[in-house]
Amino acid sequence: MERNQMRRQVALTRQSLFDQGFLDEQFIQLEELQDDANPNFVEEVVTLYYRDSSRIIVNIDQALERNPLDFNKLDNYMHQFKGSSTSIGAKKVKAECTQFREYCRAGNGEGCMRTLQQLKKEYAVLKRRLETYFQ
Amino acid sequence: MESGFSSPRNDSFPAGLRVLVVDDDPTWLKILEKMLKKCSYEVTTCGLARDALNLLREKKDGYDIVISDVNMPDMDGFKLLEHVGLEMDLPVIMMSVDGETSRVMKGVQHGACDYLLKPIRMKELRNIWQHVFRKKIHEIRDIESHDSFEGIQISRNLSDLSDDGHMFGREDLSSGKKRKDFENKHDDRDFGDNSSTKKHRVVWSVDLHQKFVKAVNQIGFDKVGPKKILDLMNVPWLTRENVASHLQKYRLYLSRLQKESDLKASFGGFKHSDLPLKDPAGSFGLQSSINTNQDDGAKGRYQFSGNNLFGQAVDIKNHEGDLKGIVSEPRPDNKTSLTPDVPDPQETSSTQMSFDHSFALGSEVKYAAFDCSIPAQYSWSETPEINFKQENKPVLQLEDGFSQLPPHAPQHHIQIDPLHSVQSITSGLSLTGRNTSGAIKVEPLYAEYKSAHVSHASPKESAIDMLPVQSKSHIIDNHSFEANSTAISSMKPQGFSLSCITDFESCHRNLISASDSTFAPFNEELTVCWLPGDFHSKNFGLPNFTDYNDPGFISEIPAHLYDALTADYECPFDQTEYTLVDQGLFIA
Repeated sequence: MERNQMRRQVALTRQSLFDQGFLDEQFIQLEELQDDANPNFVEEVVTLYYRDSSRIIVNIDQALERNPLDFNKLDNYMHQFKGSSTSIGAKKVKAECTQFREYCRAGNGEGCMRTLQQLKKEYAVLKRRLETYFQ
Repeated sequence: MESGFSSPRNDSFPAGLRVLVVDDDPTWLKILEKMLKKCSYEVTTCGLARDALNLLREKKDGYDIVISDVNMPDMDGFKLLEHVGLEMDLPVIMMSVDGETSRVMKGVQHGACDYLLKPIRMKELRNIWQHVFRKKIHEIRDIESHDSFEGIQISRNLSDLSDDGHMFGREDLSSGKKRKDFENKHDDRDFGDNSSTKKHRVVWSVDLHQKFVKAVNQIGFDKVGPKKILDLMNVPWLTRENVASHLQKYRLYLSRLQKESDLKASFGGFKHSDLPLKDPAGSFGLQSSINTNQDDGAKGRYQFSGNNLFGQAVDIKNHEGDLKGIVSEPRPDNKTSLTPDVPDPQETSSTQMSFDHSFALGSEVKYAAFDCSIPAQYSWSETPEINFKQENKPVLQLEDGFSQLPPHAPQHHIQIDPLHSVQSITSGLSLTGRNTSGAIKVEPLYAEYKSAHVSHASPKESAIDMLPVQSKSHIIDNHSFEANSTAISSMKPQGFSLSCITDFESCHRNLISASDSTFAPFNEELTVCWLPGDFHSKNFGLPNFTDYNDPGFISEIPAHLYDALTADYECPFDQTEYTLVDQGLFIA
């Protein structure tokens, strides 16, 4: 009974992640890749993502502290970050990435910083949600 | 993995396809690895482009296909793509989050056989084997197309493919596909391999090619046929198919040279302006050849010839080893001077011969090899002595030339201009070449060269900026020139530049023998532009013209060119290149 309840809970949590736009189809692809050979594949990938992408965020932060801003470099970093985020299907995070790149192209430093804040927020929220989900 | 025949692959093709994945993003690497494993492929992952290239070089024929990300920190994905295409001729698939048309186009131009958008779906990966298969089919078709046994062979190949799935290690491919391991520089070894039951690719060494050309000339170009050539050549281990495919390439080369000479005039300053174009231009040239090869069956032949030539080039490279050996003996110094002079940003060429140098350059390498062999054929046979003697001097020259090179290297314009000039010259000189089969007549060549040169003076002037490669001097040498052009044209655009270099070398060598001070004026005009596609317009500047006595120079040049080429390979590929090659081959 409890197990069923838990399963249902997990399913609901998972569904909400999709419904609320945190994750997209790529996540399902990852789930489909999971098998007996790699029973924790999705979790491993997500962990890897968070580890690697946090490094990129640090780079972006540092780049934003420079004066004048190197938009090209920022754009490159964000491109990298976006690529990573695409790998797990982090939908909202990806949207912020695109927004950030737009501001980069426009040379809008203010916009970049604002978007980055937003991005970090989404990034953190997703992380928490996924951690819960995996437990 | 053994070279050529991969044991893991068997009847269940495409299962066991050996894929190399290159991506700086570890998350994607993990995902792709899992996805590919699910397709029953054999996966190797790589986080750095450099590592990927090393892996590929260590294990020639160790992989069937490469999947690479476009944006990587240590090397541009497109550059890696070019290298792989040139050196290993493997199908390469690009990936990126960015699906902008311009990027995709760039990928295609650089020779990517596909461009996938991230996130990648399983079904997309499942079908990547088609690119490998297609390439093999094209190769077989090209090799056998002129062969009377073609139908049999193709069907045999195909049935083999379906039967045992050993498509990739196909012997038929090896026999037709004259690409040889770059590592393998020794003709002897190659020949030994050829005679073994496991047919390795035929290495068309300088000597072999010379025999071939001699036979062709003896028979008469119009009446030539593979069987006759084979009989005349009297090479026991050579098969009719080998000769047939080689003949096809040769013919294509000559026809390309012809075309090239026609186009040359119009290209006058074209290259120069194109030079600034970075990747698009370079890649374009390259791509055209590559793409043609891959996608266009019709052109495949054309392309394939290029590949074959390339293969030849490779062979030549091996031969180069021989060449090197010869050269090195009399003048060890040459080599050493050459190597240090040539700054090879991309690769370190260990060999002294410029050829090797170019070879190391990666994509360019191929050409270099090719170049070397071709000119070698001509120049060597004719005036081996002179060549050797002169080797020393050219070295010095080369250095000069080479120093010029580095600055150019980063610029695209250095590209294949010389090839163009070579082509133009070839056309002018081809007659001479033909008449003087077997003997390098520097003088007559010179005259031709001059006239050719003059006619192209104007277009060339614009290109003078290019590397003052002594290759121009090579042009003077009809034989070598033609040889070079042939080599060049057949090769993919990338190789083209290299071949030019070789040609130049031979030209140079011949030139040296001529020791004609009149060459000096030519130098000005001939600017060698190593634009893969730009053969036409470039003038070869023969700065060292006055010092022809440096046979070593010739070899040096290729090194420069290679560097230049490597630096900016993105020259637009010009079909004219092929013409050059054709002519080169033709000249016997």
